[in-house]
Amino acid sequence: MASTTATATASTANLWNGGQSPFKVSYGKLMMWIFLLSDAFTFSGLLVSYGMTRFSAESWPVPEYVFSAIPFYHGSAPLVFVGIMTFILILSSVTMVLAVEAGHRMDRRGVEKWMFWTIVGGLTFLSCQAWEWSHFIHGTGLGGASLSSNEYGPPAFAAFFFFITGFHGTHVFSGVVLNYIIYYNTVRGVYDRRGHYEMVEKVGLYWHFVDLVWVFVFTFFYLV
Amino acid sequence: MNMEETNVIVQPIDKAKVRHLLKVAFILFVVTVIEFIIAFTLASGGLRTSIFVVMTIVKAFYIVSEFMHLGHEVKGLRWSIIFPFILAVWLIIALLMEGSYIHLENFN
Repeated sequence: MASTTATATASTANLWNGGQSPFKVSYGKLMMWIFLLSDAFTFSGLLVSYGMTRFSAESWPVPEYVFSAIPFYHGSAPLVFVGIMTFILILSSVTMVLAVEAGHRMDRRGVEKWMFWTIVGGLTFLSCQAWEWSHFIHGTGLGGASLSSNEYGPPAFAAFFFFITGFHGTHVFSGVVLNYIIYYNTVRGVYDRRGHYEMVEKVGLYWHFVDLVWVFVFTFFYLV
Repeated sequence: MNMEETNVIVQPIDKAKVRHLLKVAFILFVVTVIEFIIAFTLASGGLRTSIFVVMTIVKAFYIVSEFMHLGHEVKGLRWSIIFPFILAVWLIIALLMEGSYIHLENFN
């Protein structure tokens, strides 16, 4: 760890005239934070406009009863499926911090193992979301939901569902792609040669952000 | 690939750090379970919504501070990331009030 920090500082010293990176983080991590900040505002905009539309609507569906189906079971199980999805995403966040921890120790095998499970978690979440979308679109035999119609209530509810969970799902998808690239590079030994595993930390930030957004989507779309 | 492996020194697992991370994961897990219990036991209304909002902020705090490590970065970075969200707070207040007034205009 000490030698890694020393080489990292030495190689960036000539990039910054102060001899030290601003905020004592590498420019890559700082830029990731600024990107995530702007991305958080996009999600805030979507969720707040959902709130405004809900407040101004005459009636609004109770999400617990809209999302009450789980695969292979023909009864009503409110929130169970989305609960499973939430736990999958939290778990994949945990495997991601363990990958970052292994990276700090230059433990390539550890990074490989935990990145692999993070990718599996991301793909599982995406599959669950695909099932949820398909179920929501087909509905319960009363016409289902689309951007212009919605059997459960106002069409805006369906539109917001598609936009918010869709935008989040796009983030999960790109997160899985980034995680895969990092996993591939780790297996190839790129970061061992580079002398540090900072790329794992950077995609880790992005991945935790995806989990963070889901925490908010879960509360404001499914629970409230 | 195997050539590079020889000059990389793998450090042993930092047990205390891993234990701390698992503790944070456990807190997130427990808070989510409590949210479920509340979703099924408490009637929907202002109280339930406030509890959910508080619990969401608790979860967000642990994810950002521990998993994303922001709690351990320098003060300047921490505030540069947190402070702009005052704009989001403004947006929430402004648009939710606006929404309520549109509702009043149209349906009362």
